[in-house]
Amino acid sequence: MSNSNETELNGKQEFTITVYTENRIGILNRIAIIFSRRKINIESLNTSPSEIEHIHRFNILIHETEDVVRKLARQIEKQVEVLKVYYNTNEDIIWQEMALYKVPTDTIAEKVSVERLLREFGARAVVIRKDYTVFEATGHREETDKLIEVLQPYGLIEFVRSARVAIIKDSDGFNRKLREFERRDPGEEVIENEFLDKEKNVFSM
Amino acid sequence: MTTAQAEAATLTETKTTTQVTGSVALLEGLIAEGTDTIFGYPGGAIMPIYDALYDYKEKLSHILVRHEQGGIHAGQGYARSSGKVGVVFATSGPGATNLVTGLADAQIDSTPLVCITGQVYAHLLGTDAFQETDVINITTPVTKWNYQVTDANEIPAVLAKAFYIARSGRPGPVLIDITKNAQLQLFDYEGYTPCEHIRSYRPKPNVRTEYIAKAAALINGAKKPFILFGQGVLLGEAEKEFKAFVEKSGIPAAWTILGAGAIPTDHPLNVGMLGMHGNYGPNVQTNACDVLIAIGMRFDDRVTGRLDKYAKQAKVIHLDIDPAEIDKNVKADVPVWGDCKETLPLLTALVEEKTHTQWLAEFRAYDKTEQETVIQNELNPGSGEMTMGEVVNKLNELTKGDAIIVTDVGQHQMVACRYAKFNRTRSNVTSGGLGTMGFGLPAAIGAKFGAQDKTVVAIIGDGGFQMTLQELGTIMQSGIDVKIMILNNRFLGMVRQWQQLFHEKRYSFVDITSPDFVKLAESYYIAGKKVSEREDLGAALEEMLNHKGSYLLEVMVAKEHNVFPMVPQGSSVSEIRLK
Repeated sequence: MSNSNETELNGKQEFTITVYTENRIGILNRIAIIFSRRKINIESLNTSPSEIEHIHRFNILIHETEDVVRKLARQIEKQVEVLKVYYNTNEDIIWQEMALYKVPTDTIAEKVSVERLLREFGARAVVIRKDYTVFEATGHREETDKLIEVLQPYGLIEFVRSARVAIIKDSDGFNRKLREFERRDPGEEVIENEFLDKEKNVFSM
Repeated sequence: MTTAQAEAATLTETKTTTQVTGSVALLEGLIAEGTDTIFGYPGGAIMPIYDALYDYKEKLSHILVRHEQGGIHAGQGYARSSGKVGVVFATSGPGATNLVTGLADAQIDSTPLVCITGQVYAHLLGTDAFQETDVINITTPVTKWNYQVTDANEIPAVLAKAFYIARSGRPGPVLIDITKNAQLQLFDYEGYTPCEHIRSYRPKPNVRTEYIAKAAALINGAKKPFILFGQGVLLGEAEKEFKAFVEKSGIPAAWTILGAGAIPTDHPLNVGMLGMHGNYGPNVQTNACDVLIAIGMRFDDRVTGRLDKYAKQAKVIHLDIDPAEIDKNVKADVPVWGDCKETLPLLTALVEEKTHTQWLAEFRAYDKTEQETVIQNELNPGSGEMTMGEVVNKLNELTKGDAIIVTDVGQHQMVACRYAKFNRTRSNVTSGGLGTMGFGLPAAIGAKFGAQDKTVVAIIGDGGFQMTLQELGTIMQSGIDVKIMILNNRFLGMVRQWQQLFHEKRYSFVDITSPDFVKLAESYYIAGKKVSEREDLGAALEEMLNHKGSYLLEVMVAKEHNVFPMVPQGSSVSEIRLK
């Protein structure tokens, strides 16, 4: 990682925070201001449904020390409509970002090397029109960044990249994480999911 | 009883459906939650609720304040003196934004409030309609929870949720913003059901007995244990449990200003006040103890001074209901999560009965030094200008520690907290975390409504009084009995003290003039007197306390007097200055 030197100097590193919340208007703001109040920049933020109906999952990427991240996680978890918060280093997660690249079709057609490069990067064409072609690539930041560099000479018209989405690794690692949480946190993990499948029986609005 | 009211009342019992307006459902819900007093101010967007209130005059007492900030501080005072949830009404736009200071104050001091604001019609949201403001987003950082209602059907459940969140766990302010159409809308009302569970919200962490055992082992092995207690003891209604713990363990206990009164001032194990202007012993001994037991307090910087030199020699046990407080400022060796009403008895059962005679004697030795260097001169100056301390001391002699003391913010606040006697819990109402000047007068009004059998004395500086003095109008109209004592030093005293000590006496904009406070009170039909001479003080205080109804006493005190001891900002608690 490019910031490895920095990590050694100030103890900061990339953390992916996973937040399970109710699907409510305003919860994004409640979570976002916990960062902005402390002048901490959110590198990327994704919100999507989770594996459980009506429960949303946030993935928030920040660059901070573990001590700060732990405090942030507790402040987030304190919000009434937040069910649970986890934070992980890159080693603990599988993550991807998706990028879209719009390139003029004529250059693509003329220059075979482009097609080869795209294949090398595992990109695929989403749309092919007379005037332009849109490619999609999925991977880590460095990989999608590299493809920008490569496409730039061929007249890259437009580029966009999604936020990081992350899955916390295998059950073994996940349990280890949970035990760590239990050590510093009073909650027994069963509690958090106790009511998840009984939404009709619990207070909800 | 009006038809709507009669219908609503029958419904609550039978749970059959009848059509009522959102406004009626709201008022029925408030009654079901045990609300008796509302502090509020009407306006365009909350008019349907006020119209409904017209028919509920007998069941809900509404106190018309003079400014929404006064309304919310009154709600806070009510909540603090009674232990109940304070209820506040305000209209949209400026009405709602005027609540913000009070919300921030209640949030940082964990005061349970339910604030209802009117909002423009739902179809006008986002159109910059008259008196429209984004109340939800403005108040998000300063509320425990907030919600915008646009459909009357939501009102009963949202209100139930609001009360549950405001008072459970670590309490806090909640705001419900109700659009005008929802207030007017007729809907099928099925009665009110209180909320007892929200799946995403865990008000109390589970008690983990292994940590209780670890804490007890540390305490039993300690030679110099020291207890710090805060408002958590009061909020958890755990005064009895706390007293039992202190008395069995024999450990000296010191308080944060919001914890004052959890055990009486005169209790032999109460060693005094913590923090920047706290007592000498508790501050110095923080850096001498071997086990520090923090109960329901959050290690505010005004309590800890410089953190990297705070109790580094001690093992820290931290009891708190809010998991986010553990390790936030001071790392806990043994965290004890939970409601202290549950955790304290478990801990008491495991601690050995002890008397730390030698250790306690050390505290008393520091007390003696403080007594001789500071307190004696402060309480009995004998000659010269009157001090704030001697006024508070004189008041103690007359109230015997049974009055509720409400303060504003500044020098007088520190003096009142240091020297006022508190025999009972919930008798010190002050703005702690936010330090809100202007809090005192409206909070005293609310405190009196929350504890009508008690004498309420508001001690306020000449600066803070001028921030919310319009609430004299609320006193006048409601006829409430509040004793107001203005300690006038003709300065913004605390800022002046800092300018003297840390800014080479460059008195920048701290010289404040005042109106004739007694005449001002008189114009509101409130009796009053001004005292400048020591020999008149006792009689004047007696007159104030014996007066039937509200009374304003202005006491002229020394102009340039400093509050000591003091832990200068950036210093360690053991570097506390006596002069």
